[in-house]
Amino acid sequence: MQIDWIHFTPWTSLLGGVLLGVAAAALFLNSGRILGITGILEGVLAPKHADSPWRFAFLLGLFAAPLAAKFFLPAELVQTPRIDANWAMVIAAGVLVGYGTRWGAGCTSGHGICGLSRLSVRSLVATLSFMGTGFVTVFVIRHVL
Amino acid sequence: MQSVIEFVLGLLFGVGLLISGMTDPGKVQGFLDVAGVWDPSLALVMGGGVMVGLLGFTWAKKKHSSFSGAPLQWPEMTQIDRPLVLGSLMFGTGWGLAGFCPGPALVAMAAGNDKALVFVLAMLAGMVLFDRFKSRDN
Repeated sequence: MQIDWIHFTPWTSLLGGVLLGVAAAALFLNSGRILGITGILEGVLAPKHADSPWRFAFLLGLFAAPLAAKFFLPAELVQTPRIDANWAMVIAAGVLVGYGTRWGAGCTSGHGICGLSRLSVRSLVATLSFMGTGFVTVFVIRHVL
Repeated sequence: MQSVIEFVLGLLFGVGLLISGMTDPGKVQGFLDVAGVWDPSLALVMGGGVMVGLLGFTWAKKKHSSFSGAPLQWPEMTQIDRPLVLGSLMFGTGWGLAGFCPGPALVAMAAGNDKALVFVLAMLAGMVLFDRFKSRDN
């Protein structure tokens, strides 16, 4: 195995991860809610689930993050997106992610961070499943096609 | 007041995604590409998040309600079933294909990235599509 030392960012990734954990833990401790982006979007899309304004407040904060980062963080901390996928792949990927996360009832935040932190076996299975096909898909597009 | 706290937590989560590299699909695919030149960064994102999360959720297990007074809504589902696995396998395929998962895509969209915007629209369409199929099943 060859390590990509040029792009490897151990400290900022660890720091970013810690912030994700702090936000997830604080949301549950303060509001009693699981920080799962899939669930938050579900509540916003389907009004019957929109039982409280916390989802809108959280999403607004999420949307404000790039602006806040621009003003308060050094530019080298925030990485510019590099997107290899073409438009057709982006659309196909979006549909797969939307359908799949609703079907599996969670994504990287709800199952990955919150679920693993709760020691949920169900979320561990979900996380291993989506990481598994993530590895396979990138292998196929980078080394087979 | 609660909404202000929840706004700040959304902001914190978004900044965490930006700093960690999750909003950069190249970095996500670099992590998923174990057969190529591998970028292990995302393992540290997950490690850092779960490390802090473990402390928070362990603390929450000793509490009867949240600080705001609202009940602690622990997820009730524990079963490992077909929807969980098939849905997650499908999600991972899309994640690998473009390098975006839902949270980072929303943040990259808010940062003005055009491909992230199209990804989010397709993702919302996928979610609506699922709801249609599901309601037909019922």
